[in-house]
Amino acid sequence: MIEQGKILLNEKVGRDIWRMELKCPWIAMKAKPGQFVNVKLNDVAEPLLRRPISLHGIDAENGIISLLYLVVGRGTEMMTKLENGDSVDLLGPLGKGFSTFFHGRRAVIVAGGIGSAPFYPLMEELKAKQKNITMIYGARDAESLTCLDLYEEQGAEMILVTEDGSVGEKGFVTGPLDCLLAERGADFVYACGPEAMLKAVEEVAANHGVQGEVSTEARMGCGLGVCLSCSKKGKDGKNRKVCQDGPVFPMGVMAYE
Amino acid sequence: MSKVSLAVDVGGLKMKNPVTTASGTFGSGLEMVEYVDLSRLGAVTVKGTTLEPRPGNPQPRCAETPAGMLNSIGLENPGVEVFVAETLPKVAEYGSPIVVNIAGKDIEDYGKVAAILEKESAVSALEVNVSCPNVKNGGMALGTNPDLVRETAETVKANTTKPVIMKLSPNVTDIVAVAKAAKEGGADGLTLINCLLGMAIDIKTKKPILGNVVGGLSGPAIKPVALRMVYQVHNAVDLPIIGLGGIACWQDAVEFLLAGATAVSVGTGNFLDPSLTMKVIDGIEGYLIDNGYDDVNDIIGLAAK
Ligand SMILES: Cc1cc2nc3c(=O)[nH]c(=O)nc-3n(C[C@H](O)[C@H](O)[C@H](O)COP(=O)(O)OP(=O)(O)OC[C@H]3O[C@@H](n4cnc5c(N)ncnc54)[C@H](O)[C@@H]3O)c2cc1C
Ligand SMILES: Cc1cc2nc3c(=O)[nH]c(=O)nc-3n(C[C@H](O)[C@H](O)[C@H](O)COP(=O)(O)O)c2cc1C
Ligand code: FES
Repeated sequence: MIEQGKILLNEKVGRDIWRMELKCPWIAMKAKPGQFVNVKLNDVAEPLLRRPISLHGIDAENGIISLLYLVVGRGTEMMTKLENGDSVDLLGPLGKGFSTFFHGRRAVIVAGGIGSAPFYPLMEELKAKQKNITMIYGARDAESLTCLDLYEEQGAEMILVTEDGSVGEKGFVTGPLDCLLAERGADFVYACGPEAMLKAVEEVAANHGVQGEVSTEARMGCGLGVCLSCSKKGKDGKNRKVCQDGPVFPMGVMAYE
Repeated sequence: MSKVSLAVDVGGLKMKNPVTTASGTFGSGLEMVEYVDLSRLGAVTVKGTTLEPRPGNPQPRCAETPAGMLNSIGLENPGVEVFVAETLPKVAEYGSPIVVNIAGKDIEDYGKVAAILEKESAVSALEVNVSCPNVKNGGMALGTNPDLVRETAETVKANTTKPVIMKLSPNVTDIVAVAKAAKEGGADGLTLINCLLGMAIDIKTKKPILGNVVGGLSGPAIKPVALRMVYQVHNAVDLPIIGLGGIACWQDAVEFLLAGATAVSVGTGNFLDPSLTMKVIDGIEGYLIDNGYDDVNDIIGLAAK
């Protein structure tokens, strides 16, 4: 579905990180945690392609979605220039999101940097199912950790990690994850972040015999499953389309080549 | 009922309107049913298929460039047998003609794929990709050599009774020479153009962006080149042409018709607006009405000499 999202809010919330709220009732009604929208920033050829951005907020009741985005290049830079009332062409909701049907109650969420984006709607769903949530949230520095209040509102226990030690533990998310799984165990682990992190998180979870899901990235042409730009190899040697079969995959599926 | 006739005939491929989909940019069509009424398309041209399954090229497989994109998919596909068994019957339910794009690692392969598809009544025509710039073994070499293009056309024709449309590579000095060779080989039509070979470099890593180093350029950036080639070939070779390259709105499609294309394909444009094909059909019809034509065939090649 293509919907013109009307911008209600577009503000800087961290180091090069912005949060945008858009009125788009149809997508808000259909979307599931972990899905994404493909954003077209103008109606001309420059820049050509849509930008895939995860849904950071899904408010079906009020017809509002939010996006949390890191400014890395031309497209995301253009997004920062948009103002309240401007329209954005959104294609979505796309892809397969997270599942919340695991046995037990203890969910651990591992987020690396802007990989935190898809987890707010997931938390809402987990909370509604009376799951206990621990979020291990790592980033470069304190300023790159954003929206902490939102996650705390959902009752998540927060474990913060920074590479420079400016807040929380110094280091990477896998350290605290390993400790947590050793000390308290967990029923399911969700992860989103750089590929190297996902690979490491999968190893730690597997070592503790815990299952989970990862949200992955790929450069996309279409986002619709037709171009095969996003096709990545799984451990079984078969290819998977990140845009359609993912972006969320069970742990143990992707090969991370 | 529309007031104007949109039907065209591309070398025996009968289309109810001149709009089809560029191979590899529309999947099998089934992925697009939320956005496109497949039964309204002049034809559905599906992703390239090969004798054996192909895993495709390493990531990354696409890169954005000014007004265009590079791709190096590497013809990933499950192989013609799986396509015929699993996908073809489902696409056929929509009732539009199906054009199957075929590729091979050598000329013999093309013949074998054509022979397998010959048995399928749901296949309306074969589009022969001799130009895919991604696959090291075949594509590039075949499409740039007129003798090999002629031989490929002959081999495919020998294995099928369906219309054979040769999809040419733009990565040549003299497109007319290649088009003539295709005609000599028995081609019923031509598709112009496939991607232009290009590359992009990441200045941070100082390495090529694409895992395959080079890839095919598509999108609005290539439209002037595509239009020029359609025009040149239309003027010099008596074969119907499916024109494509950078079509992003109906006006672009009309340009191709005026340059001499009998039909047009929408490719990368589908990524920007998944229902673009529908808008192009409506736009062409509106253009004909506004300009007092009652048959789309009346405007084909008007810009040509
Ligand atoms: C399923 C999915 C969900 C995502 N969710 C978010 C999110 O919630 N917040 C967020 O900040 N970012 C997210 N990303 C990454 C985001 O798509 C890129 O950062 C963005 O496309 C960069 O665009 P640009 O024009 O600023 O950068 P440029 O570097 O100028 O982009 C050039 C091209 O490369 C592509 N590209 C560049 N980096 C990436 C990347 N990391 N992943 C995929 N394509 C890339 C662009 O889409 C564009 O086609 C997500 C990516 C995917 C695949
Ligand atoms: C992602 C992608 C995959 C493609 N795959 C094929 C293919 O399998 N066979 C083929 O003949 N052409 C393939 N092409 C080329 C297109 O069909 C078309 O010729 C080209 O993209 C130019 O048209 P456009 O600018 O409208 O996209 C592919 C193009 C893209 C962008
Ligand atoms: S981005 Fe085109 S198939 Fe996934």
